[in-house]
Amino acid sequence: MFWWRRKKSKDKAKERLQLVLAYDRAKLAPGQMEALKEDLLAVLARYFPADAKKVEIEFEQRGERVVLIADIPIRQ
Amino acid sequence: MQARAIVVTSGKGGVGKTTTTANIGAALAMEGEKVAVIDVDVGLRNLDVVMGLEGRVVFDLIDVLEGRCKMRQALIRDKRVENLYLLPASQTKDKASLDPKIFRAVVKHLIEDENFDRVLIDSPAGIERGFQTAAAPAEGALVVVNPEVSSVRDADRIIGLLEASGVEENRLIVNRIRPKMVRRGDMLSVEDIGEILGLGLIGIVPEDEGILVSTNVGEPVVLRKEKTLAGEEFRNIARRIRGEKVPFPNLDEESGLWSSLRRLFGGGR
Repeated sequence: MFWWRRKKSKDKAKERLQLVLAYDRAKLAPGQMEALKEDLLAVLARYFPADAKKVEIEFEQRGERVVLIADIPIRQ
Repeated sequence: MQARAIVVTSGKGGVGKTTTTANIGAALAMEGEKVAVIDVDVGLRNLDVVMGLEGRVVFDLIDVLEGRCKMRQALIRDKRVENLYLLPASQTKDKASLDPKIFRAVVKHLIEDENFDRVLIDSPAGIERGFQTAAAPAEGALVVVNPEVSSVRDADRIIGLLEASGVEENRLIVNRIRPKMVRRGDMLSVEDIGEILGLGLIGIVPEDEGILVSTNVGEPVVLRKEKTLAGEEFRNIARRIRGEKVPFPNLDEESGLWSSLRRLFGGGR
């Protein structure tokens, strides 16, 4: 896409759809992502101190696949 | 499609299920098949008005399910085309008897004893009991979707439910596409939707004012004399269902140097 071309609204629609469908297909109820985060942190704490406030967990579309991304900064 | 019992569904309401059912049903009959279209949207019946047969409803689906009348008494024959029949939904009766098992038997009876080649089932919106009943006898589905985020999301859910209940031969109809908006990049394209939903495409129906006109007068566009883009495509969908290879409409009517240059540089479609 050329740099001067504004972002097309359909691209935005597609991105939003892929994300919302990733959650739909995983049958994750609202709040479960938060629960997963808590559980993960509890496990991680046994190995190294993670910075709980900055932990981010989300689904991401990678080509054909949807992957779960966990971004976990280590407390220093 | 091998499926003889086909449910027309979408999840979301208002995307064009009933219009699609009426037109593909009529188009299949025009191709020579004996077709029954069944309205399962009990309480919000509309297939009869879209087809212009509302004045001839005497018995309905619930009467058949509860044994108050014979199947042949409830079926309304469309006089405009050979071998097209409507089984209307009930507008007022309690839908408690709308049981998936009984409905499955009704559709089986139509195919095996009344020699129908094809039964098209107009499903109610939603994913509740009405949809479950409509899908119960189906071997295949036409999933109608509009190029819009909420419609695609609901279609994805419906596809999952169809597969889970053993409805296997499922095809996608993208309805109400506006080629100009797609070219401008302001509408999801057919390719985008196909990629997201992962379902084989069987129809691309453009937005067409002729549809509203045909609903006004109660005559499906495929039966009207005036040629319309939507009518042409509904007839093509019927032929694709019957296994013919019919090319999809080319919505990219824009031509000339400017657009080929843009395409060359990967710009808008």
